[in-house]
Amino acid sequence: MPDRKKFVYLPKAKNDFVVIGRGAAGSPEQEPPRAPGSRVVRPKKRSFAVDQSVTLAGVRLKNPVVVASGTFGFGREYGEFYDLSELGGICCKGLTLHRREGNPPPRIAETPMGILNSVGLQNPGVDAFIAHELPELRRHDLAVIANISGNTPEEYGIMCEKLSDAGVDLIEVNISCPNVKAGGLAYGTRPELAAEVTSVAKAHAGKTPVMVKLSPNVTDITEIARAVAGAGADALSLINTLRGMRIDVNTRRPILKMNTGGLSGPAVLPVAVRMVWEVHNALPGMPILGMGGVAKGEDAAQLMLAGASAVAVGTACFADPYAPIRVRDGLAEIAQRQGLDKVSALTGAVKPW
Amino acid sequence: MPIQQLCTVVGMSAIGDGTYWMTLEVGKMVEELGLRAGQFLHVACGEGSLLRRPISVALTLADEPENTAALIFEVKGEGTRWLSKRKAGDMVDVLGPLGNGFSVEEGGRYLLVGGGIGTPPLLGYAEAFHENAVAVLGFRSADRAILVDRYREACKEVYLCTDDGSAGRHGFVDAQVRDILEKDKNFTAILACGPRPMLKSVAKAAAEYGVPCQVSMEERMACGVGACLGCALQMADGTMKHVCKDGPVFSAEEVDWDA
Repeated sequence: MPDRKKFVYLPKAKNDFVVIGRGAAGSPEQEPPRAPGSRVVRPKKRSFAVDQSVTLAGVRLKNPVVVASGTFGFGREYGEFYDLSELGGICCKGLTLHRREGNPPPRIAETPMGILNSVGLQNPGVDAFIAHELPELRRHDLAVIANISGNTPEEYGIMCEKLSDAGVDLIEVNISCPNVKAGGLAYGTRPELAAEVTSVAKAHAGKTPVMVKLSPNVTDITEIARAVAGAGADALSLINTLRGMRIDVNTRRPILKMNTGGLSGPAVLPVAVRMVWEVHNALPGMPILGMGGVAKGEDAAQLMLAGASAVAVGTACFADPYAPIRVRDGLAEIAQRQGLDKVSALTGAVKPW
Repeated sequence: MPIQQLCTVVGMSAIGDGTYWMTLEVGKMVEELGLRAGQFLHVACGEGSLLRRPISVALTLADEPENTAALIFEVKGEGTRWLSKRKAGDMVDVLGPLGNGFSVEEGGRYLLVGGGIGTPPLLGYAEAFHENAVAVLGFRSADRAILVDRYREACKEVYLCTDDGSAGRHGFVDAQVRDILEKDKNFTAILACGPRPMLKSVAKAAAEYGVPCQVSMEERMACGVGACLGCALQMADGTMKHVCKDGPVFSAEEVDWDA
């Protein structure tokens, strides 16, 4: 590529293109009323009387909204839109022991009220995260949650040790990635393997709490939840994506190069609410980070009522970079409207029939 | 630095079969944020579409009271159909400026190669470089051709090709590109945008004649800002880059064309 410094901005052309609806297609009387040009979109700063802070596995979050792993990178991109300190925390892009390039494209397919992805854990590796991304995140006031995936229990152990030494606030152990061949989902669908990975992670994480991310691609999620709780997990996060598939009927090819992928977005919210509720009932004392299709305050409130201590916003960011902030404010507004003194009072407060 | 902005539609016009020219008021995006042709805006396409649609900027235009940007797009699905129904006075929600655009230098001489709906992002370069731009435009057939007159007003030479021979030269653009390079290799770079097989053949011709080549790539995209790593592109060195953040324009040599 030519030297960037020599780059010249292109001169603007004169707008002499004939545009319909602005005089060109009819008489001046038919010209539509002019709207006020353009307007930069940002949520209004709002303050609430209600206490928004929550605790997740002993980690204090100044508000219950974190961003979900894999949807927010390491915060740099959305950090250009707003200060990351607005967030309660960030679940960082899933890390592996070594750098991974991920799966071949296409990796994204839109579905009704959802998205399938098969990114496949593309990441720079745990050491690069510690060297380049963590210091950057530490310039902001938010909980840093590292998300890890391993091919073997040993790899989980090595990563936990490195991340604990580096001082992350919480480690999210991903035993549920549907998009990688080794490890990944296999650990998340078999209770004894899930328990083994959890105990190895705990043994190497020192004082750093360990949260295990569960897969919804199981018959009974409480079975896995009990297994990892028994192995010492400090918290659970759920749900990861649901395995799905979309086919182009003309080419008869799946849209995704990996054929199948993980479904996220509003379509999965009711599944997430149900699973959080089931896990909360099975393990009432276990802190839960609830996620799956959260796009507004009401969605977050549903997950909290079902038993989540905090919620993660993921896919919603793609449409609206400010989604986590809107969810946070919408949730606080609901708590305030209901006369609560703190948002955390919603946790587990569902009144089932 | 990208922003989210509601932009007023000030012009909306069908310029071909299922192809639309939308002019948007873009506020300070041009002056302050450097929005230019070849970059893209990530456009929200109504309640029915969860994801935004990345649409290339064809031109940025000096207008009052605000600068405008021309987005030229083809209706390919529900999202773009929704967008095609916007009228002057409506507002659309965009993220931008996003992506890099072509890298050009003052006094450079460029061979622009556009195919189908890949012709619009090069228009700004045609109008910026005038006599120093030669354009090769390829379409499936005469009735699919767009912007040809506009290119002819802007560029020194415009060569039209159609796959079926219904207008201009019968055949793909790479044959025309080779003929041009055979006589004249004195281009700072080839700038190309179009379907991947076209880009591959243009990249091959460019390499054979030793002319630098930049290509604007497409991939299914989610966030548009580099966070989700969805729009991956396989590079020749084995790494993945991302169309939204590292591109959409790449040096042709970087791309793994056999992936």
